Amino acid sequence: MSSLYLRRRITNWLAMGLSTLATLIGLAFLAWILWETLRQGISALHLSLFTKITANGADGGLANAMVGSLIINFIGIAIATPIGVMAGMWLAEYANRTKLGESIRFLNDILLSAPSIVMGLFVYTIIVLPSTAITNGSTTFSGFAGGVALALIALPVIVRTTDEMLRLVPSTLREAALSLGVPQWKLTMQILIRAARSGIITGVLLALARISGETAPLLFTAFGNNYMALNPIDKMSSLPQIIYQYANDPGADLHAMAWAGAFVVTMFVLLLSLASRLLFSRNKVSHD
Amino acid sequence: MSASQAAVSAIDLEQRSKRDARAERLFRWLLKGCALLVLASLLGAAGATLWGGREAFSTFGWHFLVSTAWDPGNDVYGALVPVYGTVMTSLIALVIAVPISFGIALYLSEVAPAWLRTPVASAIELLAGIPSIIYGMWGLFIFAPFFADHIKPWLTSNLGNKPDDGKLSWIAQHVPFIGKLFGSDYPFGASILVAGIVLAIMIIPFISSVMREVFQTVPTRLKESAYALGSSTWEVSWDIVLPYTRSAVIGGVFLGLGRALGETMAVTFVLGNAMTLSASLLDPGTSIASTIANQFSEASGLQKSSLMALAFLLFVVTFIVLLIARLMLRRLASKEGR
Repeated sequence: MSSLYLRRRITNWLAMGLSTLATLIGLAFLAWILWETLRQGISALHLSLFTKITANGADGGLANAMVGSLIINFIGIAIATPIGVMAGMWLAEYANRTKLGESIRFLNDILLSAPSIVMGLFVYTIIVLPSTAITNGSTTFSGFAGGVALALIALPVIVRTTDEMLRLVPSTLREAALSLGVPQWKLTMQILIRAARSGIITGVLLALARISGETAPLLFTAFGNNYMALNPIDKMSSLPQIIYQYANDPGADLHAMAWAGAFVVTMFVLLLSLASRLLFSRNKVSHD
Repeated sequence: MSASQAAVSAIDLEQRSKRDARAERLFRWLLKGCALLVLASLLGAAGATLWGGREAFSTFGWHFLVSTAWDPGNDVYGALVPVYGTVMTSLIALVIAVPISFGIALYLSEVAPAWLRTPVASAIELLAGIPSIIYGMWGLFIFAPFFADHIKPWLTSNLGNKPDDGKLSWIAQHVPFIGKLFGSDYPFGASILVAGIVLAIMIIPFISSVMREVFQTVPTRLKESAYALGSSTWEVSWDIVLPYTRSAVIGGVFLGLGRALGETMAVTFVLGNAMTLSASLLDPGTSIASTIANQFSEASGLQKSSLMALAFLLFVVTFIVLLIARLMLRRLASKEGR
């Protein structure tokens, strides 16, 4: 064997070995993060976490933060879903291959990874500041403002999946309906949306998973509240915000509660993405 | 069918088609309005932060960008320290994440047995689903102490210019800059390097999934031709697959960079929040996003305006980075005729 051949073989083995190592490193960090979240989270899990509020500090629970998270996420999804689905419909059905459509699709892709803290500041400027001016009072942070901030983050996810899912619907379906004289809006609202339904729901679930862990945009919009708040115009706390607050506190008891909160958030997000994945794969199979 | 019935249905039909046309117009405008909202949120975010930062920009002018001052006592603010922290942590993240992501993509597309590919790929994608605050907590409570106990002492004594025992290593003496980069007498783990590592773990799934996807678009006949000529797997990957997908791979890297630049929570926890400029990667620092997260709710006046100005800078820079990313990704798609 020539030395060149040997060198090439060694290079190849080395490269393959390093790529396996890289994968192992990635998996090791995944396992490490999940393991610590599980371990620290489960050991701090208590029934009182779900029944008491954060006003009692270390003796309290996270109930108001969990309720706040649910309300804020619900507002975010309730705003983003209709707007996102309709925008996606426009991109796929009306503006496919037009200049404006292509540029909005392009910018939407950029918005997908835009810094979420800037979105928080944006909502602070357009909702929190004006409402402070109206009430003449102290700054009026609100759960609603938090919901709007999350809606801005969910929006591009929903737009993108709706757009993609609609474009996957076979064009024979459109042609058949149009040849029967169905107007395009009825075609879109009654036929195409059903064909793409599970894909669109997947997008909404993904968006929900994405916003459930968001912290940065809530800091200056929903702000936080140590008491149970059910009215969206009040300040509202959320799980990620409480985790942030408790983890930065010097008290070890609060750290344990932060881990419990982190465990709840992580489980929620992972189950959501699992659910969306299952839904999507079932959808794929049924089309084959 | 009688004549009168036919006349009625003709009128019906006409009315119906008018109604349909009206509904169609309305529907079209509604949809277009929603799509324009996407555009509005982008412009709005840029406009709102620029408007909020106008006072800082007009007070400090260009000095805002180059000044290291951040002094609420004297109301003097400059962006250089947070900008340096953002750029440095993101660069460290890229230096670590790009080779690892390439390795993962290579493993998943060339090395791994077929039955292992889907589960491993799903596991890596799971990393992308973990909320950033969890990365932050893990970094703060688990990784930073681990780093301070096991990795940092080795780095400071073997590479740094401030070793505990006072004896400079050969590398610190002979290789320029290395000593400064790794020299530190700060006792805790939280630092620019740790923030960079945590960011790297966060962006690995993004970069590797883009790379894996584009590697799969390489025509099989290209690879098979190279294999038929006797190439090894590595040679096919490095000389055929990578050049073919170069623009998209760069796009994926920029996508990861865009994520890293704008990340708030993961970084805020592990950066140490020091408003000082230090050459050492082992010293604490700050980033644009974490400065905003830490100070905005208590800031007022010029400080608040400066934070808004920082947010504007961050938004513009990430926009440009992500723009480049999407353009690069699109180049491969157009090559394929998609």
